[in-house]
Amino acid sequence: MKGIKFIITGLIFGVIMAKSEAISWYRIQEMFRFQSFHMYGIIGTAVVIGLIAVYVIKKFKLKDTQGDQIIFHDKDKSWARYLIGGSIFGLGWALTGACPGPMFVNIGYGYWAMGIVVLGALMGTYLYGVIKNKLPH
Amino acid sequence: MLDLLRQPWPWYTSGIAIATIMVLLLFFGKSFGFSTNLRTICTIAGAGKRVKLFDFDWKTQKWNLLFLLGSVLGGVVAATFLDSGEPLHLSVATIKDLKQIGIQFDGQLNPAQIFGPDFISSPYGIFILLLGGILVGFGARYAGGCTSGHAISGLSNLQLPSLISVVGFFTGGLVMTHFLLPLIF
Repeated sequence: MKGIKFIITGLIFGVIMAKSEAISWYRIQEMFRFQSFHMYGIIGTAVVIGLIAVYVIKKFKLKDTQGDQIIFHDKDKSWARYLIGGSIFGLGWALTGACPGPMFVNIGYGYWAMGIVVLGALMGTYLYGVIKNKLPH
Repeated sequence: MLDLLRQPWPWYTSGIAIATIMVLLLFFGKSFGFSTNLRTICTIAGAGKRVKLFDFDWKTQKWNLLFLLGSVLGGVVAATFLDSGEPLHLSVATIKDLKQIGIQFDGQLNPAQIFGPDFISSPYGIFILLLGGILVGFGARYAGGCTSGHAISGLSNLQLPSLISVVGFFTGGLVMTHFLLPLIF
């Protein structure tokens, strides 16, 4: 089955998020209060390794497992949608202590209440789709 | 070995591991971005009939839904087999600050005061958790990505839009933490 590798990758992701405590509401609070290096260390290390990896992939034109060259898409140039959308996201992140990935890891961990947050996130996604054309981008 | 895995993982281990996930997905021909799943689920629920954003072939995102399923299982595995039983080592300053806004540190990953049965069975509790979720879902789609798509994938590819988004994540996060949370709890 071709899909199994994605389930396993997701499973490893879930374990990492849980064991690094990145799914913790408390850790997110600590981050937004600048009282620990923990979350900055996680994101910072991931970005530094990611930068090197992306550079190497581009430089040597590496191919994926299907033999196609790995390509990167540039995001649309703008600032309004990123700054406004990002800020709205940040409000929710600090309130619930969870971004979309950790919401689901938390449900697996046994925090059923995160199901309510996921329901909200689906409502928010739908709402964006409805009023998208009325927003500055 | 299992004992070692049961300890909370140091930040560098986790950072390297998250980057590895991103690179693995690249070699599978995919791009790491979790919040896209929220859009896909809306599409599966039938939102594509009314709203254009959801009118796409969701099967192209099946891999990401499997990744989501895996992440839930990862939570189950971590809780069942890899729990050290030790309380979270939260900084003393945070414990003190949270106490001032009325939240007691209980040593768990998430406070029972917000995610426990009492709060989520009250209308106010449901309202707050729904509201938080709505902000995350709306903001992620508006900004075109969440922490994985922008902070990890986007910054790794030197995308200015991702940097602006991360500035936004922190702007919103700081406003919520320092100005709004004391009013909410």
